[in-house]
Amino acid sequence: MSTDTPADLVVPSLQAHTGQGLGTGNPADALVVEPARARSKRTPRRTRTNFEMLAWLFMRLSGVVLVVLVLGHLLINIVLDGGVSKISFAFVAGKWASPFWQFWDLLMLWLAMLHGSNGMRTVINDYAEKDATRLWLKGLLGVTTVFTVLLGTLVIFTFDPNI
Amino acid sequence: MSTPTVEKHSAALDAAEAGGTELITVTLRIRRFNPEEHADPVWVDYQLEMDPKERVLDALNKVKWEQDGTLTYRRSCAHGICGSDAMRINGRNRLACKTLIKDVNPEKPITVEAIKGLAVLKDLIVDMDPFFQAYKDVMPFLITEGNQPTRERLQSAEERERFDDTTKCILCAACTSSCPVFWNDGQYFGPAAIVNAHRFIFDSRDDAAEQRLEILNDREGVWRCRTTFNCSEACPRGIEVTKAIQEVKRALVTRRF
Ligand code: FES
Repeated sequence: MSTDTPADLVVPSLQAHTGQGLGTGNPADALVVEPARARSKRTPRRTRTNFEMLAWLFMRLSGVVLVVLVLGHLLINIVLDGGVSKISFAFVAGKWASPFWQFWDLLMLWLAMLHGSNGMRTVINDYAEKDATRLWLKGLLGVTTVFTVLLGTLVIFTFDPNI
Repeated sequence: MSTPTVEKHSAALDAAEAGGTELITVTLRIRRFNPEEHADPVWVDYQLEMDPKERVLDALNKVKWEQDGTLTYRRSCAHGICGSDAMRINGRNRLACKTLIKDVNPEKPITVEAIKGLAVLKDLIVDMDPFFQAYKDVMPFLITEGNQPTRERLQSAEERERFDDTTKCILCAACTSSCPVFWNDGQYFGPAAIVNAHRFIFDSRDDAAEQRLEILNDREGVWRCRTTFNCSEACPRGIEVTKAIQEVKRALVTRRF
């Protein structure tokens, strides 16, 4: 293919194109010619797990639950009973005194974080072209997800209204 | 040797014939690529006198036969059956032999380029090997167990109807090369391979549905589909491609097929 040919070896054709050329001359355009990652001749290794299926199912199910959780959260926190101006340390402390709201927020934290990071994982899989880039981005994503989820869980369970 | 048919020409037929030869000037803007000439693809304009009721394939033929013989593209049947002339016309994947010039706005230059996501070899010709490799990987042939019946394998009309839509595929790659997931990940099986797996998974005579589902359960299988619907829109045969992919997903989850 042309991409392996040194520039000085490219021979201009003797037959001129009729019509008017619109070439950009931009080397980046050549990328379009060769797909980013071509399918190899051999069949890809079978992974033999249901991970992708479970991730896909999780996205659907958590999405449905999140609609209820997030809309309920927004309604209670910023619409009903005085609106957004009522939110204060005392309001949050009052909410977390009840195990019901602790559980609600915990579930919302876990589902939203996992739902969001799985979506990001999909985006990275789709758009990272180099294996190394993909690995790094996914590593970073994993670390941030675990950190946020653990920190949030810790706060919900060890929250002390008297600090 | 009189020819009475001449008198029988109706006024309507005369009008149709007279109108049928009304030519317009169209500009065909083709994305040409010749690695021996230049490392980059280049857009080239061709002016043609065409009947708007002719097809884009006729325009390409006219360029090749009358203006520039170096233009390269695949076509064979010219009637939408062989699936060799899928290309991007005005930015959408279509068969050049099924696209009339009047339908792609001939007032502006009509852009023609190779389908995306596969390596371009020259002009409008891409390397179809990865596409057919994915097709082969889903085992697109009848697999049965047990003894062969002495007569034909019977199937009811309803059982045949179950996979009727996906039997229409002509393997032109219009769907797979319209899929944004495939553009970025050539390892993805792509819509066409899944459609052809669907054709056998839901065939009551076939016994290897489990195996095919397992293949498509892979990291690069059906779960990469984002339901963009590009494939359904691109299919020149009108196959509901995205629906077929969703049915394979549902079969994987419920294990009913
Ligand atoms: S030439 Fe056969 S499908 Fe168009």
